[in-house]
Amino acid sequence: MEYERKFKIGKPILEVNNISLSFGGVKAITDTSFNVLEHEVRAIIGPNGAGKSSMLNCINGIYKPQQGTVSFKGKQIPDITPNIMAQMGLSRTFQNLALFKRMSVLDNILVGRKLHTKTNFLEVALQLPKVKKEEKLNRDRSEEIISFLEIEDIKDTPVGKLPYGLQKKVELGRALATDSTIILLDEPMAGMNVEEKRDMCRFILKVNDELGTTMVLIEHDMGVVMDISDRVVVLDYGKVIGDGTPDEVRSNQKVIDAYLGVEH
Amino acid sequence: MKPVFMTYTKKDLINLAVCMVLSVLVIPTFITTEYWYTSILIPWLCLALATIGQQVVMGYTGQLALGAAGFMAAGAFAMFNLILRVPDLGFVGSLIVSGLIAAAFGILFGLPSLKVRGIYLMVATLASQFFIIWMIDKFGWFKNYDSSGIITAQDIVILGKPFTTPLAMYFVCLAVTTVLTLLAMNMARGSTGRNWMAVRDMDIAAESMGVSLLKTKVQAFAISAFYCGVAGALFAFCYLKSLEPVAFDIKLSFKILFMCILGGLGTINGAFIGAAFILLFPVLLNAVGNNVFHGAIDATIISSIEQVIFGGLMIIFMIYEPLGMAKLWENIKQKMSLKFQSSNVKDLKSSLSKKS
Repeated sequence: MEYERKFKIGKPILEVNNISLSFGGVKAITDTSFNVLEHEVRAIIGPNGAGKSSMLNCINGIYKPQQGTVSFKGKQIPDITPNIMAQMGLSRTFQNLALFKRMSVLDNILVGRKLHTKTNFLEVALQLPKVKKEEKLNRDRSEEIISFLEIEDIKDTPVGKLPYGLQKKVELGRALATDSTIILLDEPMAGMNVEEKRDMCRFILKVNDELGTTMVLIEHDMGVVMDISDRVVVLDYGKVIGDGTPDEVRSNQKVIDAYLGVEH
Repeated sequence: MKPVFMTYTKKDLINLAVCMVLSVLVIPTFITTEYWYTSILIPWLCLALATIGQQVVMGYTGQLALGAAGFMAAGAFAMFNLILRVPDLGFVGSLIVSGLIAAAFGILFGLPSLKVRGIYLMVATLASQFFIIWMIDKFGWFKNYDSSGIITAQDIVILGKPFTTPLAMYFVCLAVTTVLTLLAMNMARGSTGRNWMAVRDMDIAAESMGVSLLKTKVQAFAISAFYCGVAGALFAFCYLKSLEPVAFDIKLSFKILFMCILGGLGTINGAFIGAAFILLFPVLLNAVGNNVFHGAIDATIISSIEQVIFGGLMIIFMIYEPLGMAKLWENIKQKMSLKFQSSNVKDLKSSLSKKS
């Protein structure tokens, strides 16, 4: 399946260097390095407890690794917090869904527009003309994303009342609304049926293709990963055991051992 | 529904118009007994305003705070001192500055919210309650070295005109409450409110979207304390007509908390419904005690019954309708309109069948 990409894969945009993370005596990640190239779809796979989600949390600043650095857009970031990363253009979704449950779908996506909202609370209270202008821009963009994800009919429903698959979609929408250059997806297809998975894959590829957004995703479904990603990094026990194109990874003996088990 | 003016939809504007006609024309024409103004309407408006403050921090931002009365005291005594020492500010100016002074306290006592949450934050915010009252009692300057303990509030003078009758004071409270309520609605429905609710529902995700927890929480505490401060000043000047720290004790904080929860967390109209309920309920109970049982039930028993019923209602609401009376009201309206529609359909059907 060769097609002409609008956004050619470029230089490394995100680099993870020698990250080590432990909780008390438990080592979650040991001396892990990999990079993500501009405009690519990069997958992180590995068995349960391999440290995949911890890795994303380190990149995003929710966890502070004991060792190692993260470079984003060529800059090494000394004190990573989720807020700083968001401002630099990195957005994410969460493994167990972290939506604003009592808010509507539209409001959830509008929160994603936070960094494009410059007016302060006083201006909002007085509803100055510039607030209205900004709100309209943000609403238009959110509506665009809602129709892109084909969820127009639920946009006023409180997110907590939606089924799981749709919530996952809303979370992707919220991440998209930030207009980030890179989006981290933590198991975007977990718990979905085949049809929903196919839908999600389509959206991920569509975003990558049309907007050029770099996608980093964690996924369990090997078939899906191999189909949609440009490169795959495989973690096991917090270490990188394979890194390369899906074909390279598939034929890597260490990866096969990790997934299928080794005869002793 | 699309907003037609600011953030208000057509329905909001109709509701607002109805409320305004009721409160500006109907109430002053038909209610002539002073009792209603001095004991029910004025405290209702003041406490509803303070409850909006509590809503901002608790209902919208999800920070369990318990110190509204402390901020009210700060506002009330700031007002007293401003009128006393900076008379050039005028009533409205003093009111705004008192709110700002309360907001400064709000920022100070909101800072623990960055480190602790839930019930622990509630305990931490209690500090505001006790510290502010203690400070006012301890330093005589705040009371202008008055030894009697109860200071009479100065008369309200706006643009040279005195507002001393109950009706005039009611209008002062009404004007301030209306303006601040409309501003609160704008904030709650705009990007500010979305940030608050994002922090309430899932703080880690909010932070990952670029919502600063520090800024949002501190802002919510400041705005909340501003509303409480203004409410406290009005409470002292229009309702109590005196200033005493005891009036702003922890009981009042709890009262505002109950108004907030019973009215419906995260709603502005709930603040008014909750305040009305908690203020009117004892009045109703007393009336029942006097008229139905002709005083056979002792007044102390009635006030105990009041506590029992409040406690019971709190538990019932927490379990069956956590969104409070505002939600209940909405459900009733919805059911009524459904019934209305279905009866219309029935009428239509029967008229059609008659014709055929």
